[in-house]
Amino acid sequence: MSKKLLSGPYVLWMIGFTIIPLALILYYGLTDRSGAFTLANIMAIATAEHAKALWLSLGLSLASTICCLLLAYPLAMVLRAKGVGAGSFIVFIFILPMWMNFLLRTLAWQTLLEKSGVINGFLALLHLPPQNMINTPAAIILGMVYNFLPFMVLPIYNVLSKIDDNTINAATDLGASSLQTFWHILLPLSVPGIISGINMVFVPALTTFVISNLLGGSKILLIGNVIEQEFTKGSNWHLGSGLSLVLMIFILISMALIAKYDKNGEGNAF
Amino acid sequence: MHQPLIDLQHISKSFDGTMVLDDLSLTVKENSFVTLLGPSGCGKTTTLRIIGGFESPDTGSVIFDGQEITHLPPNKRQLNTVFQKYALFTHMTIADNIAFGLKIKNKPKSYIQDKIKYALKLVNLDGYENRSVDSLSGGQQQRIAIARAIVNEPRLLLLDEPLGALDLKLRQDMQYELIRLKNELGITFIYVTHDQEEALTMSDTIVVMNQGYIQQMGSPESIYNEPENAFVADFIGDSNIVPGIMLRDELVEIFGAKFACVDKGFGTNRPVDVVIRPEDIDLVAPGQGALSGIVTHLIFKGVHYEMEVTTPDGFEWLVHSTDLFPVGRQVDIHVDPFDIQIMNKPASEDEEAMGVNE
Repeated sequence: MSKKLLSGPYVLWMIGFTIIPLALILYYGLTDRSGAFTLANIMAIATAEHAKALWLSLGLSLASTICCLLLAYPLAMVLRAKGVGAGSFIVFIFILPMWMNFLLRTLAWQTLLEKSGVINGFLALLHLPPQNMINTPAAIILGMVYNFLPFMVLPIYNVLSKIDDNTINAATDLGASSLQTFWHILLPLSVPGIISGINMVFVPALTTFVISNLLGGSKILLIGNVIEQEFTKGSNWHLGSGLSLVLMIFILISMALIAKYDKNGEGNAF
Repeated sequence: MHQPLIDLQHISKSFDGTMVLDDLSLTVKENSFVTLLGPSGCGKTTTLRIIGGFESPDTGSVIFDGQEITHLPPNKRQLNTVFQKYALFTHMTIADNIAFGLKIKNKPKSYIQDKIKYALKLVNLDGYENRSVDSLSGGQQQRIAIARAIVNEPRLLLLDEPLGALDLKLRQDMQYELIRLKNELGITFIYVTHDQEEALTMSDTIVVMNQGYIQQMGSPESIYNEPENAFVADFIGDSNIVPGIMLRDELVEIFGAKFACVDKGFGTNRPVDVVIRPEDIDLVAPGQGALSGIVTHLIFKGVHYEMEVTTPDGFEWLVHSTDLFPVGRQVDIHVDPFDIQIMNKPASEDEEAMGVNE
């Protein structure tokens, strides 16, 4: 009985802040303004504008996830080799920017990348032509990678640090070169961390609208921006909810991948 | 004479300024079962890792079958290692674990299949091909680790405390298993352990190490019966180490009593250490032995009784006997001459560590 009481606050929390909002989204997504059932809000994803935003979102999230993976894996390997002391210090350095507000960090990139921003000012000093960096897909990817990289590093570092040195020694002992050891031992053993990292970068990257607002300007619309605008400017909660549901399907697919590869939950850093 | 399979020449190694191995030289003959025995931190595992190629010595060289391999990486050496905690590849099946070394060497599929079958049969785990590592007990994982190493037909197998994580009964079974494997395969074994019983049971040659030095090297019998210094005597089995004076050849005085012994060449009236194994002490009726004492402690150990006999000088003699002498009984101590082992006293602690014994 007492154990049930203990879970009370969490049950209330779940109902109030997860179940009810989800139910509301589901309700709005499947009805029109008069309250009648409709699939039109879902089907709206097929319109050229929305589909373009969705594909662009998927493309940019995928690109930034791959960038994060390529940057994070070697770093995690270095951290593993450093051992506990130095390794955790470097991890700390990596997490340090996360103590700053997410918006501020992204705004900082805005001032760096602007036409008359810091980087172009520096280029002018060197008598180099100014570069058009802000309001490009590349700027959005940069913002995503910068903000989400720690979420890729930590789960991969977490699984790598659990691999016993002797497991690697055993592979070398049995004749494997360092490349073969990486390919046959380290990489397969770190798959749970990679999957977890991909999920933790891909999902927020797919749904973000702040990064694309600040670094993509008004011209590049991601699906997150479209949904945001339906709620704020367009006041069409029904369409916004319908598109959110579509986005959720993509996130569920990503979650399903995790459940498949990460059976032991080893990759969960948080 | 046959040339040694492994020849370690003047190996020194230190970690962060701490000397782990100091000018260690050791030869291992082909087809022998050599055990490096010592307490933790004695340098035995470092020695093994240097032979395996996982550490390189600061100075000295490693010769394998006449060829210098000091700086050869592990994957180029004709030897395999069985690691302390097995170090199996948990993401692979048992068959893939065993096949790993052969696949790396691009052996044909049918050859690999035969080898897997053969190796599993050898370690008494036929039919386990498709099991996962996690589904195996510690003893089974240990056997797979051995199978994974021997399919590569190494000339030398290094074993780093492979039975350390197993319970007593399983450990004893595995000891016999290892002896059988060694005899069937004709591979040279170098085995590292801190367990003296394991060393005595399995080895042809035991190398007792302490603080980076070899204390004594020899057959299990000679190590046990003729320890060269107090460290070896104390580390291998129980023993009574008492101060004595070598009056002349074949006569030693212990606590004022004279004992006949078989050792010679220590000079006259020289202070020495005397080692007497607890099972070599005979308790006899008062007046019939050289030293008198009183039984102060008694424990039943199953095979024998363990007793402590305190002599008037205050020394507590450890005695193993199948005959029971109750606490408080007045007894005499008698030791046969060939059961008394005389050792020089080390002049300093450094000398004690080095096992100097001229």
